[in-house]
Amino acid sequence: MQKLEAEVVASIRIGPDICLLRLKAPAIAATARPGQFVHLRCGEGLDPLLRRPLSIHDSGDGELTLFYQVKGRGTAWLSRQHPGSKVDLLGPLGRGFTLVSGRRLALVAGGLGMAPLFFLARRARELGNKVDFFYGARDRQGLHRLEALEGLGIRLFIATDDGSAGFRGPVTALWEKQLKANSYDRAYACGPRPALAAFASLAAAAAVTAEVSLEERMACGFGACRGCVTALRDSRGEKYYENVCTGGPVFDAAAVCWEG
Amino acid sequence: MEQVEKKPGANPKNRREKLEFRGKGLAGTGCAGSGSKSRLNPQDPEAGAGVNLGVRLGDLTLPNPVMPASGTFGFGEEYAPFIDLNRLGALVVKTITLEPTPGNPPPRLMETPGGLLNSIGLQNPGLEVFLREKLPYLRRFTPPLIVNIAGRTVEEYGELAARLGAAEGIAALEVNISCPNVREGGIVFGTVPEMAARVTAAVKGQTRLPVIVKLTPNVTDITVVARAVEDAGADALSLINTLQGMAIDLETRRPALANIVGGLSGPAVKPVALYAVWRVARAVKIPVIGMGGIVTARDALEFLLAGARAVAVGTAGLVNPGAIIEVIDGIKTYLQEQGLQDVNELVGALQI
Repeated sequence: MQKLEAEVVASIRIGPDICLLRLKAPAIAATARPGQFVHLRCGEGLDPLLRRPLSIHDSGDGELTLFYQVKGRGTAWLSRQHPGSKVDLLGPLGRGFTLVSGRRLALVAGGLGMAPLFFLARRARELGNKVDFFYGARDRQGLHRLEALEGLGIRLFIATDDGSAGFRGPVTALWEKQLKANSYDRAYACGPRPALAAFASLAAAAAVTAEVSLEERMACGFGACRGCVTALRDSRGEKYYENVCTGGPVFDAAAVCWEG
Repeated sequence: MEQVEKKPGANPKNRREKLEFRGKGLAGTGCAGSGSKSRLNPQDPEAGAGVNLGVRLGDLTLPNPVMPASGTFGFGEEYAPFIDLNRLGALVVKTITLEPTPGNPPPRLMETPGGLLNSIGLQNPGLEVFLREKLPYLRRFTPPLIVNIAGRTVEEYGELAARLGAAEGIAALEVNISCPNVREGGIVFGTVPEMAARVTAAVKGQTRLPVIVKLTPNVTDITVVARAVEDAGADALSLINTLQGMAIDLETRRPALANIVGGLSGPAVKPVALYAVWRVARAVKIPVIGMGGIVTARDALEFLLAGARAVAVGTAGLVNPGAIIEVIDGIKTYLQEQGLQDVNELVGALQI
């Protein structure tokens, strides 16, 4: 975990409001694990005040790649940074996904949840796993990086809400069909909370060990403020709050208190 | 781990630019001692080595006047990867309650223009776990350790004081009578002067440790509460805690925080905090620790001029964990640049 100034290598808009940012950050890239995130200052002054947490989309050769949606003033500022400019970041932060080797894995991505699962898919393949990657979005325009994903040597399954590409319906329903035909050793998901809740119950029913990457509004990113908590259940079934930044963002899907 | 602190003088060029910048805003305020502007050579790395940054809060002596604000510093360990905790004026940990406190449901945070709205709800593992698991770690550091406490009743404040007072390695207690985010106790004790006095007396009656009482700005006249607490025996005051506020999500037409209301902190509250510190410092004889929106050394110096004997850095540390070190270094640099020997010369030196 470090604080450093990273140089922008490339900032590319790959959709109307979707950006890819490549940063030169060897110290972070060297230790980054799939599921971890970096926390970026998005502006020079006091407003916007807080850093923006972005999951690591890819990492290698001393570079980090971030995949994000321009949502507000912070990400808009970030999208305007040109190659050569410097970005202040903390990282790598958080607990990443549990990595295994030589297994059958299902990765289930909803919308922007594709961001950290791309890095996971790459690492999982390097570790000799078979990876089925389920990727859902509202429509065809909401699907990104398809060629790059296919280049990872995975089986790609596509779902869209409107049927404009692949299976028509939620990505979890697409996964459910494959879940019956395949015996996955592990499953991983990132996406909107309702999709993750559906993913978790499917995984539990199929007795598949599952992990989810959660999102919460975050301040410090390093565990000091207790602001970004999510409700979990301990082994006795008692509810407690855990920091998403340091206890997560990746959690055992069975421990998450989905009703909040 | 790379540390974010910047050593003054490591780069003479940068340092001089910094000095010139810092010199501008406050030049001509005529603060105490500024008549003898024996400017030190900014390129001399040993310049101003003899400058005194130490301050006293009653019986409590701090190596420098800058500490973290309770609630933004966790239990210290969270900042250790980024800064040298031994450089701080004091260590101030998150509020401890007698029993574990789960805190409020999420979302607990909302960013506002220049500010942060939070409703953490005093989440902490409780006194037992603090004494067993957090205190041994904190004892390893040299700065005085200030433990912040909150009770649901006056009796709970007293019990916390007694048990922490008996523990080893604690330099002072900070009494939180100003948390806006809990249903029982909290701000209720801080808004009614008689209640604030009762809590203060209960704590004083149970410990010999110096007692700092943290005040809320969510009152009509903060000096009334400040005087009540002083009369009840408080050794120092800290202010301000967060300002009550709310935010609304227009898309969902729901409050942005699950708790509906929260406490506002960050640069947005600085003028309110500065005003409260200025008024309280003139109303009481005990020392005041000023906080609320401090990001830079300049902010901290303004609080000293307003009458604060020490300051706390809170929300700024959440954004830049090295902010507190930058504030300490910046104060030292300012003293050197102004030819001042002692930070205490600036306390209350505001020229009206």
